[in-house]
Amino acid sequence: MKPEIAIIDYGVGNLRSVYRGLEAGGAKPIVTDDMKVVKRSDGIVLPGVGAFGDAMKRLEGFRDVIIESAGQKPIFGICLGMQLYFTRSEEDGVHVGLDIMKGNVVSLPKSVKIPQMGWNSIEIKKESIFMQGINSGDYFYFVHSFYAKPEEDITVATSDYGIEFPAIVEKDLLFATQFHPEKSGKVGLKMLENFVKISNDNSK
Amino acid sequence: MLAKRIIPCLDVKDGRVVKGVHFKNLRDAGDPVELARMYDEQGADEIVYLDISASPDGRKTMVEIVEKTADQVFIPLTVGGGISTVEDIRRILKSGADKIGINTAAVKNPKIISEGAKKFGSQCIVSAIDAKRVYSESEDKITIDTPEGKCWFEVYVYGGRKETGIDAIWWAKEVERLGAGEILLTSMDADGTKVGFDIPLNKTISEETNIPIIASGGAGNLDHIVEALTDGKADAALAASIFHYKEYTVLDIKKYLKKKGVEVRI
Repeated sequence: MKPEIAIIDYGVGNLRSVYRGLEAGGAKPIVTDDMKVVKRSDGIVLPGVGAFGDAMKRLEGFRDVIIESAGQKPIFGICLGMQLYFTRSEEDGVHVGLDIMKGNVVSLPKSVKIPQMGWNSIEIKKESIFMQGINSGDYFYFVHSFYAKPEEDITVATSDYGIEFPAIVEKDLLFATQFHPEKSGKVGLKMLENFVKISNDNSK
Repeated sequence: MLAKRIIPCLDVKDGRVVKGVHFKNLRDAGDPVELARMYDEQGADEIVYLDISASPDGRKTMVEIVEKTADQVFIPLTVGGGISTVEDIRRILKSGADKIGINTAAVKNPKIISEGAKKFGSQCIVSAIDAKRVYSESEDKITIDTPEGKCWFEVYVYGGRKETGIDAIWWAKEVERLGAGEILLTSMDADGTKVGFDIPLNKTISEETNIPIIASGGAGNLDHIVEALTDGKADAALAASIFHYKEYTVLDIKKYLKKKGVEVRI
């Protein structure tokens, strides 16, 4: 049986690539806004593009199920989805996040062009099952103006853009990338596949 | 470090890739999805589709092509051409594109940029600017010293067929203010000539704005691309014919860039 991965659809646009990427990684992905589907899934993907405050508002209905699921089944936050894990964001005022990871989301430094748009390399800081087949120096596709500053030791890999920032974080069964794995070619697909495997193993 | 990007551009008409100079003498160059896959294999950092269909049927076909591409190609895809409303933006993004390029529609109605950016995020709004040199000094225009003489840059619309009197440097700053996340900057003077990118144009707009610039128009050899990304300060280089006529693969270009000390993803 293929693990069921719920891609939470809270109105943030293009979910097609992440769907196909998870499918290629061996999952049965479901794009859904149905709480029951999210609850019974083997893993959850929290996608996200756009602004933090707006996304939190739209995600309100899923807040409890995500917090409940954290620690029980794997969750993969992508880009803004990663930032939403944190305590608060300074994007356009101060907004409260899911607070399942401790830390703040702050702006990239003014010394660089914003948004960071393009392929940047990562440096692995910690071993993880999430990182199988991924090496330091691999490039991933980033599009973001803000980044997370964790207050816990959860950074798996960093990247550099005017400042060193966390590209990949992991805490128990919570995984997240600041980049878009579904837009990062082969290495990105490998990370989605790793997540599918983790979800599969966890569901047994 | 953030890598400089190499972006092949495919002109698509009624579902097929076409090639020609200045949209004339068009010849069939193949299936867009197959070509996008090939460029992805070669190491392209993104793909741009420019829809030059004039008919509603052609536009519908474009949506299908975007869907098929998004199913098979896992790198960013930008679609431009014929996008004139926020609803058009929504339709193209929903079919699987990551960014949309707007040119004429934004000049006619700049609000489409701010509304698009507000609804879908700045990251997916690419402002395409076609600029042409005007060798005269004018008080209300930003004049630049170039090896060819003093000039300002005029914005053109309708695929380069109509001048607007708008200063391209001013317009670049304006689209940034409105919320565009990136500028696709085409030099009308250099486009199709293969004599190299317009370096002063790219350099000036790159320095005057704080969003990424994609240099376009004029790529004829590998050194032209190096120049655009170093002296021209562009963040990415876009090219069409250099790839279509198989003069160089994306990998050839990237290996050369790396040798010249430019950060690329290989």
